[in-house]
Amino acid sequence: MHKIIIESLSLQYSDGTESLRDVNLSIHQNAVTVLFGPAGGGKSTLLRCLNRLNDLAEVKASSGRILIDGENILDPKIDVIALRRKVGMVFARPVPLPMSIRDNVTYGLELAGEKHRATLDEAVERSLTLAAIWDEVKDRLDTLAVALSGGQQQRVCLARVLALQPEIILLDEPTSGLDPISTGKVEAALQELKKEYTVVLVPHSVQQAGRTADHAAFFLQGELVEYGEGKSLFTAPKQKKTEDYVTGRFG
Amino acid sequence: MRRENLAPTQITDIMKRPFSPNRRFVERIGFAGLTATALVTTLPIVGTIVYILIQGAPAISLEFLTSFPRDGMRAGGILPAIIGTLYLALGVSIFAVPLGIAAAIYLAEYASDTPLTRTIRIAIINLAGIPSVVYGLFGLGLFVLFLNFGTSILAASLTLSIMTLPVIISTAEEALRTVPQSFRTVSASLGATRWQTIRRIVLKEALPGILTGVILGLERAVGETAPILFTGAAFFLPRLPNSPFDATMALPYHLFVISTQVPNMPVQIQYGVALTLLAFVLTMNLVATVIRSRARAKRQW
Repeated sequence: MHKIIIESLSLQYSDGTESLRDVNLSIHQNAVTVLFGPAGGGKSTLLRCLNRLNDLAEVKASSGRILIDGENILDPKIDVIALRRKVGMVFARPVPLPMSIRDNVTYGLELAGEKHRATLDEAVERSLTLAAIWDEVKDRLDTLAVALSGGQQQRVCLARVLALQPEIILLDEPTSGLDPISTGKVEAALQELKKEYTVVLVPHSVQQAGRTADHAAFFLQGELVEYGEGKSLFTAPKQKKTEDYVTGRFG
Repeated sequence: MRRENLAPTQITDIMKRPFSPNRRFVERIGFAGLTATALVTTLPIVGTIVYILIQGAPAISLEFLTSFPRDGMRAGGILPAIIGTLYLALGVSIFAVPLGIAAAIYLAEYASDTPLTRTIRIAIINLAGIPSVVYGLFGLGLFVLFLNFGTSILAASLTLSIMTLPVIISTAEEALRTVPQSFRTVSASLGATRWQTIRRIVLKEALPGILTGVILGLERAVGETAPILFTGAAFFLPRLPNSPFDATMALPYHLFVISTQVPNMPVQIQYGVALTLLAFVLTMNLVATVIRSRARAKRQW
């Protein structure tokens, strides 16, 4: 079943960097969809369209539609705040907010008006457990989140997203700054998460793309070159460009 | 030496040449000269403080700080001037601080680069450059006469507020801008409205910098004479002001009065007033410095 349907999406930033040209893509529910390709290909831009984070950037022109559960989220009239609660995002560099681990996790819920202590505590334990970091931080929830290691910070950031119980999780190179062990933990967490969520991942390497993808989309200079099931796309790509990239001939 | 005529080998030769004792000596002279100039700049401030301290300290006593002037201000204390200066600082805090911070939030967080915001910025920069006596005259025209506040604490604080605004706005805006953009992006991605982000993250992180700006602004307001000269400062008052519409004595103006307008003034009292005023300003400066360095130590980004 398709959770997100992207129809002829085009976008250009004012400064002329990355852009998207006529992208059509349907993203499956309860699966990990990987957007990969060389830098500047439009992967992050596409992610940032899915939760309208591009509203904060200088966008020159955009057209097309993105349907999530049938609703066009590019419609200026939709509730962007509600959308962002439904579509969570983890960034390349972990950015713990300048507060304790607990407050980081409850931040989104408190913004949404949740005041009930028990509900918040329950959300903290549930989402930190899901992000595979509960055991490491449960005794120091009130220490500052920046005091954690990079890998731990990134999992707290993931927990912060999970606390809002979103339906879709976007991850923009979430392991680019992490060591192999932390990376493994994050990837393992993703495999758990896809049971309940729709996961869209921009991996930081082709290898990671291959390891994690149920479905994969190859982007080159703002265009979707090939989209298909993860296994077949990496073992038997149909397009020459895709083959060249996954075999390491360029990129 | 004409560089362009050198063959590559010659350039390597020059680089291999030992650092001659002569050049080392020149370097040392230059360095000593720069150190000396840097030291010279601290001399006036140290000199002023030491001199005022030595001259003024004997005048300072509990009585001096807590009683009214007597004998045509030639004896007694300076209580009304101290209280007056505190009232003016309070007035500026009420008017200029919220307005200045709000303007800074607008400029740093909401305003995009349009002709309107550029005009606002230019206005703020120019506001900072206007001589303080001009503010005084403007305050006289607008607040004292046109709005009919009279020569009063209200009119004087409003005049001082206008003068202080650019300091508060520019330092607060700077403080807001140093808060990393990534905090705003992350906060928005978690479903925060712009204002929620500002209130919960940005303001909290920028607060020490904003406070520093506020204190620097107040400090400037407290020390100024010209803006209050026509708008609220009294030559002599035998009582404390009891409403915002009363005129008031104030330390800087009092110092001006007893230094130039009163014959046979004991010089010690003048230095006592100068020392009190200096203590006011330096204490505020110290507080600002402490806030800043504490925040820097605690900062997490």
